[in-house]
Amino acid sequence: MLVSMSINGQTYSHDVEPRLLLVHYIREYAELHGTHWGCDTSNCGICVVLMDGEPLKSCTTLAAMAKGHEITTVEGLAKADGTLDPIQMGFHEMHGLQCGFCTPGMMVTGRWLIDKHPNPTQMTEHEIREAISGGLCRCTGYNNIIKSIRWAAAYEANAAGRR
Amino acid sequence: MATTETAPGKHPDWVAHATGGAFGQVTDAPVGHGHMKRKEDARFIRGLGNYCDDVRLPGMVHGALLRSPYAHAKIVSIDTSAALAHPKVAAVVIAKDLETLGLAWMPTISYDTQAVLAGDKVRFHLQEVAFVIALDAYSAQDALQLIDVEYEVLPAIVNCRKALDPDAPLIRDDKVGQTDNLASPEWEAGDRMQCDRVFAEADTVAVRDLLYPRCHPSPMETCGMVADMNPATGQLNIYNGNQAPHAHRTVYAQVAGLPEQNIRILCNDIGGGFGNKVPVYPGYVCAIAGSIVAGAPVKWIEDRSENLVTTGFARDYLMHAEMCSKGGRISGLRVNVIADHGAFDSTAQPTKFPAGFFHIVTGSYDLDGAHCTVKAVYTNKAPGGVAYRCSFRITEAIYCVERMVDALAMEMNVDPIELRMKSFIRPEQFPYETQTGWVYDSGDYHKTMKLAMEMADYEGLRREQQEKLANGEIMGIGVTFFTEGVGAGPRRHMDILGLAMNDGAELRVHPSGKAVVSLSAQTQGQGHETTFAQIVAEELGISPNDIMVRHGDTDKTPYGLGTYGSRSTPVSGGATAVVARKVRDKARAFAAVMLETRPEDLAWEKGRWYVKGDPERGASIESIAEYAYGPNPLPEGLEGGLDANAVYDPPNLTYPYGAYISVVDIDPGTGKVHMRRFIAVDDCGVRINPMIVEGQIHGGLAEGVGIALMELISFDEQGNCLNSSFMDYLLPTALECPWFELGETVTPCPHHPIGAKGVGESACNGAPPCITNAVIDGLHKAKGIKHMDMPCNPARVWAAMNGNAQPPQ
Amino acid sequence: MAMQTPAPCDYSRATSVDDAIGQLQALGGNARILAGGHSLIPMMKLRLANPGHLIDINPLEPELNYIRQQGNEIRVGAMTRHRDMLESDLLARTFPNIFAEAEAVLADPVVRNRGTIGGSLCQSDPAEDLSGVVVALKGIAVVRGPDGEREIGMEEFHVGPYMTAVQSTEMLTEVRFPIQPGHGSAHEKVERRAGDFAIVAASAVLSIQGGVIKSAGVACSAVGPTTMHIIRAEEALVGQAPSEQLFAQAGEMAKEDCEPSNDGRGPADYKRHVAGVLTTRALSRAAATALRR
Repeated sequence: MLVSMSINGQTYSHDVEPRLLLVHYIREYAELHGTHWGCDTSNCGICVVLMDGEPLKSCTTLAAMAKGHEITTVEGLAKADGTLDPIQMGFHEMHGLQCGFCTPGMMVTGRWLIDKHPNPTQMTEHEIREAISGGLCRCTGYNNIIKSIRWAAAYEANAAGRR
Repeated sequence: MATTETAPGKHPDWVAHATGGAFGQVTDAPVGHGHMKRKEDARFIRGLGNYCDDVRLPGMVHGALLRSPYAHAKIVSIDTSAALAHPKVAAVVIAKDLETLGLAWMPTISYDTQAVLAGDKVRFHLQEVAFVIALDAYSAQDALQLIDVEYEVLPAIVNCRKALDPDAPLIRDDKVGQTDNLASPEWEAGDRMQCDRVFAEADTVAVRDLLYPRCHPSPMETCGMVADMNPATGQLNIYNGNQAPHAHRTVYAQVAGLPEQNIRILCNDIGGGFGNKVPVYPGYVCAIAGSIVAGAPVKWIEDRSENLVTTGFARDYLMHAEMCSKGGRISGLRVNVIADHGAFDSTAQPTKFPAGFFHIVTGSYDLDGAHCTVKAVYTNKAPGGVAYRCSFRITEAIYCVERMVDALAMEMNVDPIELRMKSFIRPEQFPYETQTGWVYDSGDYHKTMKLAMEMADYEGLRREQQEKLANGEIMGIGVTFFTEGVGAGPRRHMDILGLAMNDGAELRVHPSGKAVVSLSAQTQGQGHETTFAQIVAEELGISPNDIMVRHGDTDKTPYGLGTYGSRSTPVSGGATAVVARKVRDKARAFAAVMLETRPEDLAWEKGRWYVKGDPERGASIESIAEYAYGPNPLPEGLEGGLDANAVYDPPNLTYPYGAYISVVDIDPGTGKVHMRRFIAVDDCGVRINPMIVEGQIHGGLAEGVGIALMELISFDEQGNCLNSSFMDYLLPTALECPWFELGETVTPCPHHPIGAKGVGESACNGAPPCITNAVIDGLHKAKGIKHMDMPCNPARVWAAMNGNAQPPQ
Repeated sequence: MAMQTPAPCDYSRATSVDDAIGQLQALGGNARILAGGHSLIPMMKLRLANPGHLIDINPLEPELNYIRQQGNEIRVGAMTRHRDMLESDLLARTFPNIFAEAEAVLADPVVRNRGTIGGSLCQSDPAEDLSGVVVALKGIAVVRGPDGEREIGMEEFHVGPYMTAVQSTEMLTEVRFPIQPGHGSAHEKVERRAGDFAIVAASAVLSIQGGVIKSAGVACSAVGPTTMHIIRAEEALVGQAPSEQLFAQAGEMAKEDCEPSNDGRGPADYKRHVAGVLTTRALSRAAATALRR
């Protein structure tokens, strides 16, 4: 079955089995390894990507279901010229990652949270915790992930203010 | 003491920030110790990490393991014909096939043997039975369904107390001379008679039966390997997230009869270890055997249920403990332990310490007598036991002693901190030899405890607790003061499989004055690419941005015993400081020639040697490097170039410690525990990079929340594992973790080159007893309950509240 | 790549509800509707469900994702995502606060972007939060098949664990909720960890007018083979003035009438006790909300 989709603005088209999961399409066919997987039961959130701007567990989605949609993976966060997205900068500034395995999923979720929140610099700790509660991290204890997301929101507000 | 937050918008160079550490360059890098962002972030934040499942090799095929649905059963027959007929299947391997290669059984780290593929019978639920190799992973999973195995089910032993019953079925009938389920003979430490005398004279005795339940380190990346044997060259390249790659290489050479010089293990990036990636697993041996036989690279990556059910679990220690007091202070402790090792003894322990370092169970206290025994048994469960940030059974020991101190305080009707303060080893007593033979080098326990009390407002909390109690609300306050022993270890005492627990470091300064340091230690997220560069920077004055840290490739790094037991800073960190000082000394000799003076006339300030009394006359490390590689006269006895090797033999373990206080609120109607606060004051000696240290503590504390409140590997009576996925093996999300409040005291380690102690496992040691003590404190104040075992999930807390506390299955 | 994966299957997309039904007919019993997929695909990966064919109805979202008032009912399309129900002003105003409360604790935010009310109801997991809400609100399921549409009350809808009254050639298209004046409602849940299924959950709906309870809906999740409808409690509540004592009695009835079993989440006696506690709490809060309006 031919499955085409747009990932990070680029179109991919491959003949795959209907049962192929989106996470494997991304990793094996689009050859983007930044999206990882960590469980069998859709609990860990390691595989989270954005579909039309909203977080999605790519291990619980068939590649075929993504046809006609816009997928954003971690590789799509930075600009074409390599300038990092503030969410990426935030994770670096605030030590929001250690082993890095859950980081792509956490960053795209953080990106979504900031984008949809009416007032990102006023996000409460609870709101951030809840937004990332679909993902598990074993390394950071979440403190610094929260700080990283806050940093990104503050950076963007500042950058907007300075323009 | 929170990490300093950079104020956005105020930094002068946002472009530099935008590079996020690319090309090994991090802004604001201190030349030496201090807060420094991580160099390794550059690839991870771009999704360019290189984990095991990212490895792609031409011609690579995929392996999958068929596993037993029974915990204990004879294998009557295995029919692989349907699987072999699958168009995408290349091979199906069973025990018989491995026997011809001598690989059906493999040695374990504990001098036992473990089946790679079960031949005669299966001995634990999901034990490995057959290995399928197929063209893709989906087909490999499909093919598993086509293998037909006939089993004859046997009764299973799941309860370690019953393992030594006379009528218990014999699990290890493969071992000649094995007539029962004893995995290793009883081991003891301390002076039993002295201890008995102390108890005989005690004022108060507390007795508890404590279970540290089976749990699992569960890193986010499961275990796996790509094995690539090149038949033309005989070179075996292994891509494997591995916490002890050099030791594994030696084991594979012995087990598979392969020349060790032709085996290379490349760890690349590892998505978390926590002890889960220390053992050699059957899947690894199958992948290697598969690659040898197929002449193609074989990738085997386990799924999450395989990880939870069959890879190295943690804990499962049943401890009968008694603690006594005399004159208001703790005087004695005795503990008898049954350790459940599963069906094969594969605990990773130094040879002379089959119970690991459990005998550090005397903890932070100046006792008059102590004695402990540990007996290990086989059960029909997966092998393991030493994992999950445990420092070789220290998690079990700390849980035991810290639960007992609270229990004793309860029996004495005194405040648990007050009892600790009266019983701590005092600063003037260091170096202090414990009743069980440890020599703690340094400490000021009272200071650390007081800081935690201040940060928590301990007295305010106790007042609040009383008010809430009057209102029918249950609030619990938990305390723990732990002392660990990490950084194994001195070669005269410690080896694993006959390999000394020393680490090496190799440092080369290039002609340009930049450097590369190669380590034995292998990071799984601890930030080694940054912190080890900082160690060298501190000694030599080269920016960490200009120091590459090489690790995780056994061809390019010095031999070492691996990264676990908080060894990185104490051992590899020691080696790195020592090798950097060797380079600095060589640099001094070169500088003396360059400056036409004697080495003893030179003084050092970070980055340069200069003439004493004439500081303008000096030579920077950069200029010395250039000189050393140039066609210049050499100092007496030295060769050209600026590099050195070191192998560090730690003189002792190091002894990080900490004071933890936690606050919980318990819903009296449902038993649900809410983690309100967690205050952690750690003393890990000198902190190379406070940001990294705090991150390690945060992570360990979160794992402690999980262990205390929700993590459990349990079994039904037939030995089926009931927690085989993340639906039932519960890990804490951001919603279960409180905002961790960290403090620090710094008591440098006197024998460590940097004065550092290591911290990776401290929080996972201290948090579970702290939180459990908090829950029991709340239940005791409200309902007079004296004990419950972890996990303190709602149903178990409610049962405890009603006087029905049971250990978990 | 060795995460568990589904068995081979075929895939097609539906172009309309009738097209979906036509495909169901053509494919015999071997086809399943795929909406959010967050119940079905995990089961397929564990090979507990092995449908030969999946009919993806996500293209029908424009037609089936809606929350609107029609006369004296709120009608929710079967493809309405959990996230939409969580954030819906209409639901919050009409049924304060049961939808917001139940959806906030249902799965996790990422799953809520995809899971649908239709999927939840048709999965018929005994521990599922939304089923409790629908039962307590006395929702009616609208099911369409080759022979047209029919309405199914929740009593008949949930037949057993993972079994519903929806036939193999039918599709759930809408759920209808009667609007009652003086409405107050609440959802209480105890779980082992955020995002987990309930150990026990209780959904309570009250309609209070003139200081008297005119109608009541009480349902408990995870304490029976399907969502437990505590009819005895409803009957005891109707016609009474709200009081803590009354709600405690209703809680006792929930405790007595539910049918929990022992499992990894807890033993039966614990669940029974919690069913009582949560029912009482949910009723208390439902009443407080109703009386504030």
